[in-house]
Amino acid sequence: MLTYITRRVLYSIPVLIVSTFLSFTFVSLAGNPTAVLRSNPRFSPVTLHLLEHQQHLDRSIPVRYWFWVKEIFTNKLGDSLQTFQPIWPDLTRTAGHTLQVIIIAELLALVLGVAVGIYSAIKQYSVFDYAFTTISFLGFAMPTFWLALLLQILFVDIYLKWNVRIFYTSGLNSPGEGAWSIDRLQHIALPVITLLIISFATYSRYMRASMLDVINTDYVRTARAKGMSEWHVIMRHVFRNALIPIATIAALNFGALLGGAIVTETVFSLDGIGYYFIQKLQNLDLYAVMGYLLITAIAIIVFNLIADILYGYLDPRIRYD
Amino acid sequence: MTEPSVPIGGQIPVEQGASAAPSVAPPGLTDATVEAGLEIKVRSQWDYARRRFLRHRLAMAGLIGLIILFGAGIFANYIAPYSFEQIDLNNILSPPTFAHNHFFGTDEIGRDYFSRVIYGIRTSEEVGVFVAVLSTFIGLVLGAIAGFYGGWIDNLLMRFTDLVLTLPFLAILLTAAALLGEGSQWRVSFILAVLFWTGTARVVRGIFLSLREKEYVEAAKAAGAGDMRIMFRHILPNTLGPVVVSGTLAVATAILIEAALSFLGFGIKPPTPSLGVLVAGGETNPQQWWLTVFPGLTIVLIVLCVNFVGDGLRDALDPTQRRVRA
Repeated sequence: MLTYITRRVLYSIPVLIVSTFLSFTFVSLAGNPTAVLRSNPRFSPVTLHLLEHQQHLDRSIPVRYWFWVKEIFTNKLGDSLQTFQPIWPDLTRTAGHTLQVIIIAELLALVLGVAVGIYSAIKQYSVFDYAFTTISFLGFAMPTFWLALLLQILFVDIYLKWNVRIFYTSGLNSPGEGAWSIDRLQHIALPVITLLIISFATYSRYMRASMLDVINTDYVRTARAKGMSEWHVIMRHVFRNALIPIATIAALNFGALLGGAIVTETVFSLDGIGYYFIQKLQNLDLYAVMGYLLITAIAIIVFNLIADILYGYLDPRIRYD
Repeated sequence: MTEPSVPIGGQIPVEQGASAAPSVAPPGLTDATVEAGLEIKVRSQWDYARRRFLRHRLAMAGLIGLIILFGAGIFANYIAPYSFEQIDLNNILSPPTFAHNHFFGTDEIGRDYFSRVIYGIRTSEEVGVFVAVLSTFIGLVLGAIAGFYGGWIDNLLMRFTDLVLTLPFLAILLTAAALLGEGSQWRVSFILAVLFWTGTARVVRGIFLSLREKEYVEAAKAAGAGDMRIMFRHILPNTLGPVVVSGTLAVATAILIEAALSFLGFGIKPPTPSLGVLVAGGETNPQQWWLTVFPGLTIVLIVLCVNFVGDGLRDALDPTQRRVRA
């Protein structure tokens, strides 16, 4: 197992290098990051020239890439090209907010999805099953931003009509409120609900399919034939094995979401890592964008690895060598 | 998945004992066949697929819905009561009404949203179909070459698909869109197609890998068939089922992702009405719910219909795959 993990980690290094180099080239070619500063009369051409020289913007792309790689290790991803602030504190701050949202959303989605999936599989073709099948099909077909906007419109309307503030529709906090307060919950509730609905559609659907897979196997029939109670059969024999694929999917999903639910965070102006990325990309802030891409690519690679290890751990028939 | 469960060329269903239950026709047989008791009818694999598809109720509903929606998009010039950029300053932000044919209301400069949504469908279907066709074609050719010849092409292809799989998908799309700049739907479609083909390529490669070792391929080789003939005449038809299914579903995914890109401002730009752009227009007027609801609902309907058709095709073309009842 250890050799497998080592090999995977070593293998992911060239993947990271190639992918970051490609995106570095893309963003560099997209435009000049100092264009915004150029329109500012307080920056003289001499200052701009000096700045471009300091940030290696006058060098070729491979050379700039090399300097960026050095920055990662010596200067924690370097400074933003527009605000001249270090990037690392911004990334950790926004990632914290994103984590708060996705952990709540994913845990709820997982619990609800698994519960609904089990019940739908047991009562296949019942009204309950059809109702949740419809919901998950809608969840698959719905653009995330549309769902987020609908929720926003709904709660803005509620506030304007009855002057009741149930959930806030944008931002992270009211002034003077902390990270662990009811106020924060009211702010992140709508992003959480959005992600919850989308993830729930996936989890409940997979759980149902996976339960149905197991329920028709021979050993389940054997368990029933032995005279075990239905509850025991479902919980001991079916549920546990049906959970294996869900664990993998949840790990992959979580890794992908760590890059921030870009769309959801943008709609709700939530100070998460995805929203940070979009803002920086709009300004072509090369090093900030690259810092984000590096962190999310690592997150995806790590969670892909976790998913594979989890799979091997839960299903002893799978062996990695 | 790699091998059709029924040999191509037709299977002969022989149904006996129909007199026991004459009222219930077994699947695949018409009443007349049952009444005759012992009737032999030769059907090709495609006949079976078509019948399975036609009997799939949700798929048929999806197909009809899709014909209506895409038809509206294609004939947008004839159906839309207004042009997509016509300004009607007498009816600014009007809620949905039949009065001036503003079925979906109007926006802040009085443009008719019903017309804009219909033209938006046209843009979205162009994106969806273009991406599906191009990415399927690239995936088919590269997957076939990689699976058939193996070697460095195969290695390169697999490394590239790994690369695409380990990247933050939306982030890379956004970065690529920033590089190519804003613009027409074709540019966006091109970016999507370039990232979409890897799934098809993997599937096709897998099938080619297993089928190239089969005896019938060896027989074709012995008979003197060239590589091209074996690849495209003997092996390729076996990949058609999964490829058609993934191609269909790619239409839905492409439409969804194009909408998200346009919504974030990295896709199609406002003068061209795309459904994502229209939803984004609704964001600036949250009090006018119709500006958000109708374009979004249209996306949901299109994607639902495409998904239903895709499911039906999967059930029809890929009989070895376990059927997930929709």
